[in-house]
This record gives sequence, C-alpha cells and structure tokens, in this order.
Amino acid sequence: MWGRGGPAFPHTPTLLKGFIMDQERRVLLAHGGGGHLSRELIEREILPRFSNEILNALPDTAALTVPGTHILFTTDSFVVQPLFFPGGCIGDLAVHGTVNDLAVSGGRPLFLTLALILEEGLPWSTLRQVLEAVRRATTACGVSVVTGDTKVVRRGQCDGLYLNVSGLGMAWPGFQLSARSIRPGDAVLVSGTLGNHGMAVLVAREKLFLETALVSDSAPVHRLVEAMLPWTAEVRFMRDPTRGGASPPCCTRPPWAAVLPLRSRPCPWTPAAAAVAEMLGISLLHSPCEGRIMAVVAPEVTQAVLAAWRALPEGQGACRIGQAIAPVGRVSLHTTLGGHTLIDRPQGEMLPRIC
Amino acid sequence: MCVTGPGTIDAALTLAERGAILVTFGDMIRVPGSRLSLAEGRAQGADIRVCYSPLEALALAQEQPEREVVFLAIGFETTAAPIIGMLDRAVREGVGNLSLLTALKGVPPALAALIQDPECAIDAFLCPGHVSAIIGANAYQFLAKTHHIPCVVAGFEALDILHGIRSLLVQHIEGQARVENPYARVVRANGNPRVQALIRHYLHPEDVEWRGLGVIPGSGLALRPAFQDFDAAHRFGLQVTPGRVHPKCLCGDVLKGKIMPSRCSLFGRGCHPDHPVGPCMVSTEGACAAHYKYVSTEGATE
Amino acid sequence: MCLAIPMRVVAVHADGGGLAEVDGVKRLVTLTLVETPQVGDYVIIHAGFAIKKLDEDEARERLALFRQMAQAWTTSREGAE
Repeated sequence: MWGRGGPAFPHTPTLLKGFIMDQERRVLLAHGGGGHLSRELIEREILPRFSNEILNALPDTAALTVPGTHILFTTDSFVVQPLFFPGGCIGDLAVHGTVNDLAVSGGRPLFLTLALILEEGLPWSTLRQVLEAVRRATTACGVSVVTGDTKVVRRGQCDGLYLNVSGLGMAWPGFQLSARSIRPGDAVLVSGTLGNHGMAVLVAREKLFLETALVSDSAPVHRLVEAMLPWTAEVRFMRDPTRGGASPPCCTRPPWAAVLPLRSRPCPWTPAAAAVAEMLGISLLHSPCEGRIMAVVAPEVTQAVLAAWRALPEGQGACRIGQAIAPVGRVSLHTTLGGHTLIDRPQGEMLPRIC
Repeated sequence: MCVTGPGTIDAALTLAERGAILVTFGDMIRVPGSRLSLAEGRAQGADIRVCYSPLEALALAQEQPEREVVFLAIGFETTAAPIIGMLDRAVREGVGNLSLLTALKGVPPALAALIQDPECAIDAFLCPGHVSAIIGANAYQFLAKTHHIPCVVAGFEALDILHGIRSLLVQHIEGQARVENPYARVVRANGNPRVQALIRHYLHPEDVEWRGLGVIPGSGLALRPAFQDFDAAHRFGLQVTPGRVHPKCLCGDVLKGKIMPSRCSLFGRGCHPDHPVGPCMVSTEGACAAHYKYVSTEGATE
Repeated sequence: MCLAIPMRVVAVHADGGGLAEVDGVKRLVTLTLVETPQVGDYVIIHAGFAIKKLDEDEARERLALFRQMAQAWTTSREGAE
C-alpha cells in the first residue's frame, strides 16, 4: 500500500495530483510547541553542535561577563498567526517577548535587533502597521533597535511575515536567580491572569465559531522587575510563562517542588479563558502568556512584592498562587478534593480535543 | 480514540496521499498508524485539517467543491451524534464531495464482550456519562439483570466520580446488581431518542476490530448500504485492514486491566509519551501515559 | 471520556443553529439533536452540537450536594491543620 500511491479515485474526475510519502524523519509542527519534542530537538541537534558553557544551561537569556560590565543577551523568533489578534500584533509581541526574556533574567533591556523575513506580495500597509507596532512598543519599553536585517522569500514560502528580535540588556545588580535557590515555604507569585494570550490567538486563528471578549495579555514586564529591585536578595527565581504557558517554569531544571492550590483570590484565570480552554480540552497551564511574570520569592516579601506589582497597570491582577515545598521534586496542582495533579509540559501542539 | 486500529489511520493517510482533504478531531493526530501518524503524514504534505466540530468538514466541502473531503469518523455514541447530525445535513443538502471514513463504535457490545472474558473478572461498571446521555441508562439493564453486574452512570466532576464509585461499592457490599443514575441532570433512562433514531437511520451494527481487544461482534457503527456514497471506503474502493500493531505492544491487556502498564516490555523503553508506540501512551489520560507520568517519574513501583 | 460542557442557549436560529454561552464565551452551536430548544435552556455541548438538555432541578440539587461535600472537606482539613 505504501510507496506506490495507489489508484486514483475512481469516482472523482476532480482529483488533484497526488503525492507519495516516504519514511524519512521530518520536522513536525510539534517540534515548535515548547514541549518535549522541542526540548529533544534542542538537546540532540543544537547543543551537541554549538555547545558552550552559557548555551548549555539553555537560558532564555545569556548572562555574559564582558570586561568591565555584566550584560544579558537573548534572541527570539516570532511566527504568530494571525499577524493581528485582539490585544496586539506580531510587532509588539516580538518586542515584548524579547524585552521580557531580558527582564525576567534580572536585566534592564537596552538594545534590540530586528530581523524581518517577509513574504513576496505582503501588502505595504501591513508592513507599516507591524513596524509602527514595533516602534510604539520599543518607545514604551525604553529600548532602541540598533541593528537589523530584511529578507524576502517567495510567495508561499512564509506566512506573511516573520520576525527575529535579539536583545541586549544590563544585569541589575543583586539578582541571583536560580531554581536551585528555592526553599520550602517560598511563595509562588504571578503578575496576572494566566493563559489569555494563547487562548485569544487560538480563537482568532482557528475557525472555532467563538465570540469572546478575550484579549492577549501581550505587554512588557520590565517595570514589574524594576518594582522588585528593593528585594533582589529575596527573589529566588523568575520566568515569563510564554511558550508552553506556566508549565515550563514549573518543569525547569534543576527541578523544584511546589503545590499550587490555585484557590487564591483574585483567581489567576479569566473566566472566558477558562471556558474556552475547557470547551477545547486544553489546559490553561499550557497556554502562553506574553505579559506575565511567574516568580518565587521569600515568604517575608510576598505582600511587599504583590503591592508593588499591583501599583502598576500591568500588575493589577498579581496574586500568590502557591508555595514551594522542597528544593527538588515536582510542581503539582492541588485539586479541590485534596488530590495532586503533576504539572507537565505540553505534548506538542495545542489542539482542540473531543475526548 | 484508544481503540481505533492502525488500519484506520493507514486508510486515512492513503486517501490524503491520493489528494483528499482529511478532516479529523485533534485527538487522532498523534495516534500511531502501522507506519506513520497523521501528524507525520501532514509533515509530508498530506492535507490534514483539525476540527472542533464535524460541521467544519461540511463547510469545507461546500467551499471547495473541486476537492474530495473525508471526515475521519471516530468515537462512541456521544461523538456519533454530532457526526450523524452533520451527515444528515450533508445528505439533505446533497453535498457530493464529502464522505466519512467510519470507525464509530458502540459501548454496550464492548461491555458485553469484557464480561465474557474470564481473565477480566469484572465486578462492576462505572458507566460513561456522555455516552449514556445518548443511549440512556436503560442500555445497561442487561448487565445488571442478566449478568448481575452493578452499573452506575457517572458525571465528570471529581465528586460525580467519587459518588459513582461509592454507589458501586455499596451495591457490591450488599450483593446487589442494579443500574443507578446519579448523573440524572444529563442522563435519562431512555437517553436521547432523537439521536438514537438518526443513528439507526444512517448506521447499522457490524463486527469490528478494536485495537488491542480483537473483533467484538456488533460493536461497530457502519454506514447503511443506502448511504454508501458517503462511505469513504466504498467510494474510493479502499479495503480497510486491521493494520500492523507493534508485536510487543500490550495496550489490549492494559485496557482490559489485566496488567499494569509497566509490565509491558515497551513501557519506557521505546514507548513513551514523546514517541508513543501504542494508543494508551498518546493522550495524558491514557493508562500508560498517566502511569509514566505519575509512577515512573516518582520512582515508585507498582 | 467524551468532552462536553454545559452552556446556556441565548439564541435559536431558524436553520437549526443557535448561540450558546458560558462565562462570556459564545459559540455557534447546532441544536437539531435536542427537542424544542429554547432561549434560556441549558444544553450539553459536544463537538459543537447540543446533545442533551440539562435538567436544571437535578443540576441544582447535585450542586448543593457538592457544595455540602466540599464544605465538609474544607472543615475537616482546617480542623486537621
């Protein structure tokens, strides 16, 4: 049956040209999902080839010691579809994504690169709209685009436009961020509701016949990090829950253990995001955010950090969602009945399910 | 999903290879076929679309009348309902380029087969709530009356499940066997007669192969001959074979509760959630995937 | 299991379709599989189709029971801590 294509449909004069599949291994969509396959691709294909001490720790941002100063350096590519979604577009998303990677690594973002991969035939007005969004976001974040690149690929070779943005920042003095420093009793905080960006984009992209007021949480988090500067010694660990949602920060290496009762008020979900997730059989903990911080802090600064965050518009929904219980182990969700659900990375793509 | 044979996936890929648009629920995308999963087929150029509602397949067929659209119709009676709802509309609207590759299955014949298996030694059934919404709680009466097996229809809240298990234990302790329906907010004794009539109109029972469980008499829901134009296998002259299962895969025994997942020689050695060999390792709710996540990662043994 | 959630019917269209709503999320659904759907009915939605009406009295009763059970659980835990 395999390898010879089979006869053409007997009843269909409208047959399109068929093709023959082979057994060769290929890149799957799931390799970009932020889950196990993404990690496998990095560990098997990237690390062995480009191994160095900084890259091997797989940081979102590399902390480099350059003589005289301590800088942070990161890169990220953006391929979101649709290009425009409720609450943002690929332009501001790219700036926020890179700025946030620097910020949650304890840095003050300073400079960005901007690389554009454009599809032949992209309307000029679309390009302008995206570039304007990049400009507005960089102004709001106080960063400069200092170098860049533009490529155009043939029509059909990319989906409108892709962006790659690298960022350079200065490390704030005092942060010593590592999951290794987490201690039992530490508080797990988030700066706002979880999962809205992923759900808003899914609803905008797929023909789900859904009407929601959901908007992406796309926003910069560098001011939230600056708000924590008085307590740098008490902040153990910080991540932005982007691809794969809150689950990758929970499954980081070295592993840490916490229980998240998720019964706190205000609840870290918006009801609409939770309803869409339940309808489609997707875990909100796997749904990306693009304007949130997840942080583990010493218990005595919990209220101070939450108050400082809530004083900023992007931190209004900040709350404590759980408590660290051990320096190694797993992060688990407390169910209402007292059971524990282990938080795991997603298996590839976020897809609607029926069972 | 777990009990769909690899031959169905193979057939779906063959149709896509010949140029059809294949529409499927997201659940099926990672299930292994004899050689490839749908995700792997899609990476090679197969036109495979993931839908939430079967109506999306109908809309696609109407938007692209020059293409053949095949809907991969899998599931139990619950999912048969929306699929037949869509088919009913396609038939009435005279859509000529849409067909179903059917692997729909019925729950009661499978339960009947399981209690005949002496190795299973089944004491009671916690009956699936949403299947029961269609077929009704009375569909389990034969198990209680003829075979003296307690049945409780449960909902999906944690407390529904706990309550259901409690009811089964009480029956077991009292030596009773009756059908109880604490999920009465959704399930009635006679189910949804409208859907049952539609299913009877379009589908008829046939003997089909369940992945890991073998052939179960009368457990398949196949299109009646009058609607064979909508049957992808008939329409495109395709023989759906059982397909090739990994010879060491013990998903059948896991599904029947005969062995713990870790007793399978492939468990964690060639079969794990990133690279599932058998269907029980595919979704997070699968017995093997759950065992892998909770037991093997905590270093505990069975 | 078959994933299905309760939603409230907010519009019934002449073509067998309608709008159902939960927590501010509205979806176009098909109502042909249930008897006489009406605005205000709660229905169980599976793959975009209403497959069953929800019995509201039963649901309320069950919810009250769940609340009691959850309350008892919380009380017993607080006692333990």
